[in-house]
Amino acid sequence: MNPAQALEDIFRREHGLVLSSLIRSFGDFDVAEEALAEAVASAVETWPRSGTPANPAAWLLTVARRKGIDRLRRRRRLEERLPLLAAEEATLPIDRSDSSVPDERLRLIFTCCHPALSPEGQVALTLRTLGGLTTAEIARAFLTSEATMFQRITRAKNKIRLAGISYQVPSSEQLPARMESVLAVVYLIFNEGYSSMSGNELVRVDLCQEGIHLAEMLVGLLPDEPNVLGLAALCWLTEGRRPGRIDSAGELVLLADHDRTKWNRAAIDRGLVLLQHVHERGIERPYVLQARIAALHSTSPSHAATDWGALVELYISLYELRPSPVVALNHAAAVAMAEDESAGLALMEPLAGALAGYQPFHAARAELLARAGRPVEAAESFRQALTFPINDVERRHLEKRLGEIEGR
Amino acid sequence: MQYVLMIYDNEGEEAALAEDEINAIVAAHSALARKWRDEGRFLGGDRLQPSATATTVRMVDGKIVMTDGPYADTKEQLGGFYIIEADDLDHALADASAIPSVGRTIIEVRPVWA
Repeated sequence: MNPAQALEDIFRREHGLVLSSLIRSFGDFDVAEEALAEAVASAVETWPRSGTPANPAAWLLTVARRKGIDRLRRRRRLEERLPLLAAEEATLPIDRSDSSVPDERLRLIFTCCHPALSPEGQVALTLRTLGGLTTAEIARAFLTSEATMFQRITRAKNKIRLAGISYQVPSSEQLPARMESVLAVVYLIFNEGYSSMSGNELVRVDLCQEGIHLAEMLVGLLPDEPNVLGLAALCWLTEGRRPGRIDSAGELVLLADHDRTKWNRAAIDRGLVLLQHVHERGIERPYVLQARIAALHSTSPSHAATDWGALVELYISLYELRPSPVVALNHAAAVAMAEDESAGLALMEPLAGALAGYQPFHAARAELLARAGRPVEAAESFRQALTFPINDVERRHLEKRLGEIEGR
Repeated sequence: MQYVLMIYDNEGEEAALAEDEINAIVAAHSALARKWRDEGRFLGGDRLQPSATATTVRMVDGKIVMTDGPYADTKEQLGGFYIIEADDLDHALADASAIPSVGRTIIEVRPVWA
């Protein structure tokens, strides 16, 4: 790795930790971000000469705090904070290489994922502040312009300031609802990466990795929270299957046809370890259930040998907690395997109204109809699935299946 | 920080309520306002007359034009408001959640400029 890349990696890794601490000190996102940017600029200048400090985060924090205080002095803003900060500064040792940086990332993620912010704003702000991605990188990852993404982030930061969204870990009575929002953001980031594996992949920041990184950070901060462990496990287990999802020709492969030897065993093992850490009382929590579903797939030697009966049970438990038609669809698909296609199709039919606009419904139904020997209806469903905006890999797969059904 | 809690009600549903139901809601509002007053956080607020009593004033081509009725012709109409002092948005949102509901009440929470 070249020196510039090594520095870049350090900045990325320490970004959330240092920024969260700076926001806590300055009470202002913009001042904190600008101060950190200045500290990074001065690190780029001095580290190659003086060597990388033993504790880069502490170095960055010390320098950024000085820069931030200067900036505040110049702006004459937040003057009431200055005496306090100056006093703290005086007590800081000159060499902070051995001191730890106060970890305020939990406050930061709860603020960034506050449900009073728009979901897109939550995602963008989380990637920007905790992921350390640039606005341009986030824009590319979500296939939108940098100007749009800049506006989205600015809007979220302004709302935090003007509406008085506080920078703190929520109280215990608010925690479950607010935690839900944090987990949803992290999962959304991971899924955006997972479901968008298309021709555009090369220009996109790896959102799967970013989601896993955030989930692992949460595990570090809240190591006993079942849903946190469940989410991290779910991401790793799903990631573990990723290499089997595309074949050597770049075509999409259904789970049933994966070459399971290609799966990333290290990722799957990490997911299983996380799942083992879930306390007995937490095994029925929503993300834990989803991780257990993923684990059943990931540990089966083959599609046929999968314990479909256990999957059906897990989907029933999940449906009790999250009675959504999408969960019902997955349940129906598992029943189709545990029993037969017609049993699965019978459960799918009542979902047709609720899921008319959900592409995977049409794709799954088409596949079952094809296997049940009902080619005319299957072809109709494949055509329906193809009317949705989907990536090229998936489009080719559906077209191929449609061709096979129609004997072309 | 100061927040305005704007309460939007479905006026049709409200009109259909029985008198004792109305009385119960009014009593709940009074209790809530009293609590906020005791905490020193009540800065104002009241129930509004129905939107049929509203008059909208606009400047059109430099002239004041008045029209009968509310600004937005929606099913839910502003039916009352509170101005409160709260620590932060979460505090204000918890206050909004405590407001007694008339059917499907919607409450918009807005920080006051300052």
